[in-house]
Amino acid sequence: MDIDESSQPASPEVMLVFYRRLYPFKSIYNWLNHEHAPTQLFTHREFAFTLPGDVYLRYNSFGSADELKKQVCQLNPSRFEIGPIYSARPRDRKTVRAGAFTPLLRELVFDIDMTDYDPVRTCCAGTDICRKCWQFIAAAVRVLDSALREQFGYEKLLWVYSGRRGIHLWISDREAMELTDAQRKALVGWLTVVQGGKEGSRKLGLHGAKGQLSPALQAALDYLRTIFGALVLSNQDCFRSVEGYEELLKAIPDSRVVDTMRTKWTASPSRSSEDKWNDLLKQTQTKTQSNLMAALEDVILQYTYPRLDAEVSKHRNHLLKAPFCVHPKTGRVCVPLDLATIENFEPESVPTVSQLLRELDGIVRDDEDSKEFHSDWEKTSLKPYIELLDRHALSLMEATRNEKRKTDMSW
Amino acid sequence: MFKGSSITVHDVNPEAQVANHGLLKYPHRLNFYDIPPTFDVTIEEFETCGLDRLRILAEIESSAARNRTAEELKDVTLKQNNKYLPLNMSKGSNGETDGERRRDHLSHFVLRLAFCRSEDLRRRFVKAETTLFKVRYDTDLGPERASFLSSRNFNWIPVESEEQKRFSQELAAAYQGNRTETGRPEKEKYYKVKWTRVPDLVERRKVFLKGGWAYVPSRELSSIIFQEFEDHLQKALEMTARLLPRLDEDTRLVPILDNLSQGFLAGISAEWTSAADAGNAENIKAEQIDGIAKKHFPLCMRTLHENLLRDHHLKHFGRLQYGLFLKVLGVSIEEAIVFWRKSFSLMTDDKFNKEYKYNIRHSYGLEGKRANYAAKSCMQILTPGPSDHGCPYRNYSPENLQTALLSTYSQQGLRAADLPEIMASVKTQHYHVACTRVFELTHSSFGVGRGEGISGENVTHPNEYAARSMELARPKDEEMVTE
Repeated sequence: MDIDESSQPASPEVMLVFYRRLYPFKSIYNWLNHEHAPTQLFTHREFAFTLPGDVYLRYNSFGSADELKKQVCQLNPSRFEIGPIYSARPRDRKTVRAGAFTPLLRELVFDIDMTDYDPVRTCCAGTDICRKCWQFIAAAVRVLDSALREQFGYEKLLWVYSGRRGIHLWISDREAMELTDAQRKALVGWLTVVQGGKEGSRKLGLHGAKGQLSPALQAALDYLRTIFGALVLSNQDCFRSVEGYEELLKAIPDSRVVDTMRTKWTASPSRSSEDKWNDLLKQTQTKTQSNLMAALEDVILQYTYPRLDAEVSKHRNHLLKAPFCVHPKTGRVCVPLDLATIENFEPESVPTVSQLLRELDGIVRDDEDSKEFHSDWEKTSLKPYIELLDRHALSLMEATRNEKRKTDMSW
Repeated sequence: MFKGSSITVHDVNPEAQVANHGLLKYPHRLNFYDIPPTFDVTIEEFETCGLDRLRILAEIESSAARNRTAEELKDVTLKQNNKYLPLNMSKGSNGETDGERRRDHLSHFVLRLAFCRSEDLRRRFVKAETTLFKVRYDTDLGPERASFLSSRNFNWIPVESEEQKRFSQELAAAYQGNRTETGRPEKEKYYKVKWTRVPDLVERRKVFLKGGWAYVPSRELSSIIFQEFEDHLQKALEMTARLLPRLDEDTRLVPILDNLSQGFLAGISAEWTSAADAGNAENIKAEQIDGIAKKHFPLCMRTLHENLLRDHHLKHFGRLQYGLFLKVLGVSIEEAIVFWRKSFSLMTDDKFNKEYKYNIRHSYGLEGKRANYAAKSCMQILTPGPSDHGCPYRNYSPENLQTALLSTYSQQGLRAADLPEIMASVKTQHYHVACTRVFELTHSSFGVGRGEGISGENVTHPNEYAARSMELARPKDEEMVTE
């Protein structure tokens, strides 16, 4: 059995088989619903389907996982997205009074996309991603994950590979789901340091009057400092080129230091990023200037701090692609990721839909008369990822059970 | 005298049933508006309170549009606040402050009813109200504020000194990291709240966050209070919106609420407010109008006034013309309503309220598009139209005009011998010259000579005529008083 090396778009026939035999509807249902019996968390939830030919069907809702599966198999969308829980069933929205149909609950979601890192990555550009630049994502995941757990106290975090060059985060804690748009905006404001895109090179000015960082940023910096050398200096070698080090010099407040460095670096163009960084570090020792140190800390944050797509997180009614969908361009499945091994994740190792179908073909079917294929995924390379989601869903269900038991006790 | 029947503001909040009836005490200047008013109010009070508060809120809204700074906004808001809904500290006489607070309380709930009905209105109302609350909070005196704060449970947890010591480094960093001033965080008292209650501090990274708890220094506590106010009001408005349909049974309230909310939508303009101010300056009472009319009005308005007295009614355009004239003359809306109500004496209250009050209020810019209508000038009055209003010099036949002039002005010194001159002007279609000549003749006792007109000019506006006439009479009236 050969595994094709290049990823390729999935055909509708392939997608249909994928939905019918492999897509883990039950696991998705458990994850969204937080318990076995259907609740509003599932029945009032919006699903949106993208059909071939740019047809976009919004405001679908379903009573159960089977209903969802039936509809998905019928429509055979190229992908589908998950929205908020509304005050009424989205499919009945026209029957309720205008204004009475509003989003109530929603997982707190984040989207980190490699494109926002284009100004600071040298290995790839645009839609490409490799192991080197994945480290930017890994660093962002580490910082975000610990910030959300430590500072905001959330526990039910699910990281999902977006299928091409980014990562999604779904937070399902009850408190996180209940956040209003204003609160989401505040939270995003707290977490945002670097504005993505073209304005990425603006000075950050994060340090207070006494040169102190706010505790949250200090914690992020403490971690990012440890990976900065490997990621930015050696891996990406960001400051080797003239453009690269000029960008770095822009961040230095002391013009004498800038001039000295520029002369030195122009004279010996072979100096690596690491050498240049060390040159600057030496300056901080000789010149006892706290603002130079602060500027270098800003640089570390500038290059490695998570760059968020803020709009995704701010609004409850923003739709986000469901886990285990297939990315239409790459054919890769959007699989959940294990935080423990996030640094070692290789986007190329993610199963593509065509690879999975070939794996299915290899299975010798024991009972031919069985018409349901619920557990087919167990025999494919999708298995560890689905088990990951199941474990996550299980912890959510347990939390819900505990919550219920607590309220029962109060009687 | 027209007297509005009293209604009870039924409340929307279930707590109302539990709330104490009768004397509501207001120990604090600030109010979270938890408990709706349950006392009886007249329709008038219901409306004027709402309008007064609306004036303040409209000014707050327009401040944003005019790009005022926070300081300017505060000044403007306070000025409006003191003008329309003064709220004094507790140290003043108790009866007065209680009355002020009662009005504040009532007006807030009136506007709640008016502004709960759409998402947009709710959002704007919450924003404006929160700003008003902030301004009042900032101007509240220390002890009074403290007693207000202790009157309510904000559910913040004081941070134990041991815990504060444990996080002292982080607290200090959060404290200084964003402030240029040098503070001493170890001296600061901290309170813990769920971070969702201080989103503004979180967004600006002004607090220390740990496990979903925000450690708020005591000087940032106002942030919690404002947020609480905002959230509380937002929820209450949504609740009110859901229950409002049950209020529709009182037909008198719905139009008032409609108008209030429309006023907010259109944005009560500054000129609308100033027009009301200008009106208040003269402050003519309804019962004075008849006397003033006999002494000071030009013939067109005299005619309208007398028709009104005779028929107890005026047709629409007549009402419009006369009503606007009275408005500019200085009759306030309250007095205008009283005046018209008395004049339409054959009508029931109900009919008047339903069919006429709106138009009167409309002409004062309190209804509909809320334009500040000017009184009609001679030019407009001269434009052909139905005959019982318009310019009598033009519309009346020569015989009728002469009779009318003699009967109207003979007491003020108009003699039959003066008529040919006036009629000559009318014949050559110089109606304003004729009117000016009548003014001169009837005011000769005040020293107005031939050709002087109204401060040297011809009459171009009935209000000019009346205003000049009243101005001339003023010193004489005062003399009479001193005698």
